[in-house]
Amino acid sequence: MPQSPPALVTFWNSSIGKKIVVALTGLVLVFFLIAHLSGNLLIFVGQKAFNDYAYFLHHLLHGAGVWIARVVLLTSLVLHVVATVQLTIKNRASRTAYQKEATQRASKSSRIMIWSGFTVLAFIIYHLLHFTARLGPYSSFNDLTVTRPDGSTSLDAYQMVINGFSSLPAVIFYVIAISLLCSHLSHGVASIFQTLGLSTSKTRPLYKKLALIYSAVIWVGFLSIPIAIYFFRLGQA
Amino acid sequence: MSLDSKIPEGPLSQKWTKHKMDSKLINPANKRKYKVIVVGSGLAGGSAAATLAELGYQVECFCYQDSPRRAHSIAAQGGINAAKNYQNDGDSVQRLFYDTIKGGDFRSREANVYRLSEVSCNIIDQATAQGVPFAREYGGLLANRSFGGAQVSRTFYARGQTGQQLLIGCYQALEKEIQKGGVKMHTRTEMMDLVLVDGHAKGIVVRDMVTGEIRTHAADAVLLCTGGYGNVFYLSTNAMGCNVMAAFKAHKRGAYFSNPCYTQIHPTCIPVSGDYQSKLTLMSESLRNDGRIWVPKSKEDAAAIREGKKKASDIPDEDRDYYLERKYPSFGNLAPRDIASRAAKEACDDGRGVAKSGLGVYLDFRDAIDRLGEDTIRARYGNLFQMYEKIAGENPYQQPMMIYPAVHYTMGGLWVDYNLMSNLPGLHVLGEANFSDHGANRLGASALMQGLADGYFVIPTTIANYLATQTPGSITEEHEAFNSAKKEVEERIQKLMSIQGTKTVDYYHRELGLLIWDKCGMARDKAGLEEAIEKVKVIRDDFWKNVFIPGEANGLNMELEKAGRVADFLEFGELLLRDAHQREESCGGHFRSEHQFTDTDAEVQSGKTQVGEAKRHDDEFSYVSAWEFTGVDNEPVLHKEELIFEEAQPSIRSYQ
Amino acid sequence: MNLTLKVWRQKNANDPGQLETYQAKEIPSEASFLEMLDIVNNQILEQGQDPIHFDHDCREGICGMCSLNINGIPHSKEQGITTCQVHMRKFSDGDTIWIEPFRAKAFPIVKDLVVDRSSFDRIIQAGGYIDVRTGSAPDANSVPISKEVADAAFDAATCIGCGACVAACKNASAMLFVSAKASHLNQLPQGAPEKEARVIGMVEQMDEEGFGNCTNHFECEAVCPKSISADNIAKLNRDYLLAKAKQSVSS
Repeated sequence: MPQSPPALVTFWNSSIGKKIVVALTGLVLVFFLIAHLSGNLLIFVGQKAFNDYAYFLHHLLHGAGVWIARVVLLTSLVLHVVATVQLTIKNRASRTAYQKEATQRASKSSRIMIWSGFTVLAFIIYHLLHFTARLGPYSSFNDLTVTRPDGSTSLDAYQMVINGFSSLPAVIFYVIAISLLCSHLSHGVASIFQTLGLSTSKTRPLYKKLALIYSAVIWVGFLSIPIAIYFFRLGQA
Repeated sequence: MSLDSKIPEGPLSQKWTKHKMDSKLINPANKRKYKVIVVGSGLAGGSAAATLAELGYQVECFCYQDSPRRAHSIAAQGGINAAKNYQNDGDSVQRLFYDTIKGGDFRSREANVYRLSEVSCNIIDQATAQGVPFAREYGGLLANRSFGGAQVSRTFYARGQTGQQLLIGCYQALEKEIQKGGVKMHTRTEMMDLVLVDGHAKGIVVRDMVTGEIRTHAADAVLLCTGGYGNVFYLSTNAMGCNVMAAFKAHKRGAYFSNPCYTQIHPTCIPVSGDYQSKLTLMSESLRNDGRIWVPKSKEDAAAIREGKKKASDIPDEDRDYYLERKYPSFGNLAPRDIASRAAKEACDDGRGVAKSGLGVYLDFRDAIDRLGEDTIRARYGNLFQMYEKIAGENPYQQPMMIYPAVHYTMGGLWVDYNLMSNLPGLHVLGEANFSDHGANRLGASALMQGLADGYFVIPTTIANYLATQTPGSITEEHEAFNSAKKEVEERIQKLMSIQGTKTVDYYHRELGLLIWDKCGMARDKAGLEEAIEKVKVIRDDFWKNVFIPGEANGLNMELEKAGRVADFLEFGELLLRDAHQREESCGGHFRSEHQFTDTDAEVQSGKTQVGEAKRHDDEFSYVSAWEFTGVDNEPVLHKEELIFEEAQPSIRSYQ
Repeated sequence: MNLTLKVWRQKNANDPGQLETYQAKEIPSEASFLEMLDIVNNQILEQGQDPIHFDHDCREGICGMCSLNINGIPHSKEQGITTCQVHMRKFSDGDTIWIEPFRAKAFPIVKDLVVDRSSFDRIIQAGGYIDVRTGSAPDANSVPISKEVADAAFDAATCIGCGACVAACKNASAMLFVSAKASHLNQLPQGAPEKEARVIGMVEQMDEEGFGNCTNHFECEAVCPKSISADNIAKLNRDYLLAKAKQSVSS
C-alpha cells in the first residue's frame, strides 16, 4: 500500500484546509491591526507617549519580542497571501464565464478580495520600507533621534510619522490602501467565522455587523493620523 | 405458453417464509460470476441494483437521466405505508393486505399483496438506517399520518417529499456500490430492445444518448424497473421522459402485458391552461381534508366565470353545488380518488366547469379559513398553496383553487410470477413496470412501498431461482442474437430519421394523448373504445409517414429520443384500448359507463352501494389479462390468469 | 407576449458555442418558462432546424434535472424555485431574456444548454451515504432522534442536486451541495460512525473534480431552489478541520 501523505500536507492541499489557513492567519492579522492601531493612536497623546511606546516594543523581552512578532506576522502574511493566491488561481480555473453575469448577494468587497488584498500587500511593503526598514528616500528617518531619560538615544518615531505624512502623495496612497484594507476586512472578518465553522444563519448578521464595525474603527483610527497631520498640522510647529 | 404464477403452496401467511426457504441459494464465490442488468434507477431499480451488488452479483444499471437520482420516484409526495402498528391502532400485516386487496378492487394476486404487506416493515427499517429523514414525534420516534383507503394510521412520510427522500437513500446505496465496483452505472443511456437467446432474456440493446452509439450488453438476467406508461395520455403527472419503451420492447419480444387498462386518475391536479401545456402537476390529496369541492349549480354562472364576468365569490352558497358532499354525504370531499375524479368529469361534462377550458372545479378553503383562521390553514398547507400560486398565479387564500383530475399512476404492466419473473425466462420486472400488486386501483402511499419491496427484499431472494439454473457468463455480446437485435434498432432509427416529414413528434404524442384521454380516460365505453382503436392506427400510420426529426442520430438528439418513445406509445395505446375494450366491467381505475350500478340493482336498493358506482363482474372477469404480441397490425392474443381468493372474499368496494 | 431570447447554442462539447437570438412570439403568460422554450422549439422545428436542447424531466421542481441560467441567474431571479417552476407571467412583453447553461469546469457542456453533472455523483460515491447492508437494519424506532435534529437533517436533505449553487458561485464551488449532504448524514446518529471518512472523502473528491472553493459570497444560498442554508458550509468547514485533526493524531 502506498504511504499516504501526512494529514497536514493533504490539509494544506485541500480547498477547505487552505481556507482555514487563510482564516487563521487572517485572524492573527486582525488582532495585530487592533494592537497596531491602539499603539498608533498614542500619537494624539504626544511625542513622549508615542516614542515610549515605540521604545517599549523594541525592547520587549530584551528586544526579542519585536522579532517574535515580526516572524509570526510575516509567516501569517506569507501563508495568507500564498494560500489566497493559490485558491484564487483554482477558483478562476473552475469557472467558465457567462455572457450575462448577475450577482444577487455577494458584496462588492467580497468580489474584489484578491485585488484589495494585493493593494494592501503593496502597501504593506511600502509601509515597511517607509517606517520599519527606512530605505531609499526614507533613510533620512534614521537621523531623527531622541534622547531617552537614561541618556541613550533612540529613533524619534513620532517625528518620523509626522514627517512621513507631510507629503501629499504618501497620504493619498495611505488613504487608498487603508480604505481597501477596510473593504478587505469587512468581508474577511465575517468570513473568518464562516470558514472556521462558527457561524449560523442566526449569528451571521451579527458577525457581519461586527466586521463592519471593526472595519470602520480601523478606517477611522488609521486615517485619523495622516489627516490630522496633513490637514490639521498635528505635531507641526 | 402457460401462465404459471408459481405461487407457493400453504397458507397465505406462510407462503413467503416457505418460498424463501425453498428458494435456491448461490454460494458467494459463484455470485460474482453472474451478471445482472438493471434497467431503470428509481426506487425499484436503484434498490435492486444496490442490493444485488451487495450480495456479490455484478450489476450493470442503466437510466436515461443524467443521474440515477432523478428517476421519477422522486416526485412522490404523500408517504409510504407499512404495517408497523407503531400507533397501536390495530394495524397488522393482515390489515394492510386486506386494505390493499380491497383498494385494488379485488383484481390483484393475494400472495403478492400479502408478501408486500409483510416486507413493508423492513423497508421502513432499511430506509431509516440509510438516513432517510422520516417525520418524527417530539419524543424522537417516527410519526405516521393517515391516508386514503385505510382506517389506521400507517403512512410514514418525509414532509411532502417522501419519494425524494426514499429515492435519495436508495441512490446513495447505489452510488456506494458503484464506488465499491459492484455496479457499473450507465447514465443517459436508453434501452432500445431486449435480446433473447433461446427464449431467455440475456441482454439489451441500448443507445448512448450523448454519442448516439448503439451498444449491446449481455448478462445472465435482465431486470426491467422502468416505471409506468402514464405518458401515453400525453399529459400526466409523470416526468416528461417517462415512457413505455423498455417494457413494450420486451412485450414485442414475447413478454405478456397485463391489465394495461388499469390507469389511475388523481383528482387534485392543477387544470390544463392551454394547448402548450407540457405536463400536469399534482396537488397533494391532503388538501381535500379542509377544502370543499364545488361548481356552480347553473351553466350560466359557470359560463360567466369562464368568461371572467363573475368570480367564485360572486356565487352565493345556494347557487353552489358541493357535488361530492351531495352525492356521498358520509365521505363527502374525501371520497376515494377514482370516485372524486369521475364526479369532477361529470360536472364539467355537464357544462359547469369553471376553468377557462371548461375543465376545472373549485377546491375552496373559504369555510376552512373562516373556521380555523388563515394561519392554521397556512401551517397545514402553506407549501402547497405556495406551489399553487407559483403555477396558477392566483392566491388560493383569496380565490378558491381550481383542480381537475389527471393521469397519475398505471397499475398495469408486464406480467410476472411470484418470483417477479415474466413469462420470458430471465426477464424480471419490478415496481410500477409490473402489474402485480395493485389490482385495478392503487391506494395512496403504496407505490413507494411496492418499488422498494420488490428491489430490496423480493428480487434478491427470487432471482437466485432463475440464476441457479443458468451457467454464469455463458452468453456474451458475441452471440448472433445481439448482432441482429442491434441491427434492428439501427434500422428503426434510420427509418425514423429518414422520414423527414412535416409534423413534430409532440404533435403525434398530443393527438394520441387527447384520443386516449377522451375515449379511455376516467370513463370508457364500448363504442368509444372501438372508435379509438381505429383512430390510433390512423395516427400511427401518419406518424411513420410524416414525422419530422431534425439533426443526426449520432449525437444528442432529443427529438429522436422522443420519437422512439412516441412510436412505442402509438402501438401500446392500441393495446391499452383493447384491454379496456375486452374488460366488460368496471373496477377501480377502469370505469366502463355500461357497467355501473343503477337503481334497479339489488345492491343499491339494499343500500350497499349507490347509483353510478363501478360494477364488477367477478363471475366473468376475475382474472388478470395478459396480452401476447403477434405483430403491430395484428390483434394481440389474450391470456388469462384466474385470480383465486382464499382469504379476502371479493365484495362491493364501498367507502360510503 | 413577445420576447427576444439570447440562447447559448453549442453543437457538442468541443464546439466553442455562441449566443443565438430568437424571437419568441405570442407566448401565453400562463405558460411555464420551459413551455415557452417548447413553443420556440416548435417554431424552430417548423423551419427544419435543430431545436434548443435543454435538460428537464419532472417539471415540478423536484428531480433537479432542469438547469438554465436565466438573465445571469440559475433558475432565474425568483427565489426558491427551479427553472421548470418559473412562469412567463414574471416577464413582460418585449423583454430580452438571456439563457445560458450552468457554467463550470466541472460541468462540461454536452450540447446547447445541457451539461454533464456526473461530478456530483462521484462526490456522493466518495462518502455521501450510510453504509448499511440491506436487511441488516435494526427496528426503525430503536434509535430515537429528537425532532430538532431530524428537522435540521431534513432541511439539509432537501437538496435536489441540480447544481445551481455551483452555477451561481463566482468560484464554481460545490460547497453548498457537498455540505448539505454531509450535514444531512453527519447529524443523524446513523451517520455518525462514518462522519470523518465521509467529510474527508467528499471534500477531496470535490477538489479533484475541479470545483472552486467557497469564498463566502452566499450566491449559492440565494439561488438554491430548496433554500438550503450556507450554515451547512460552516459546519462542513468545522467538521473537516476536526476530521483532519483527528486523522493527524490517530495515524
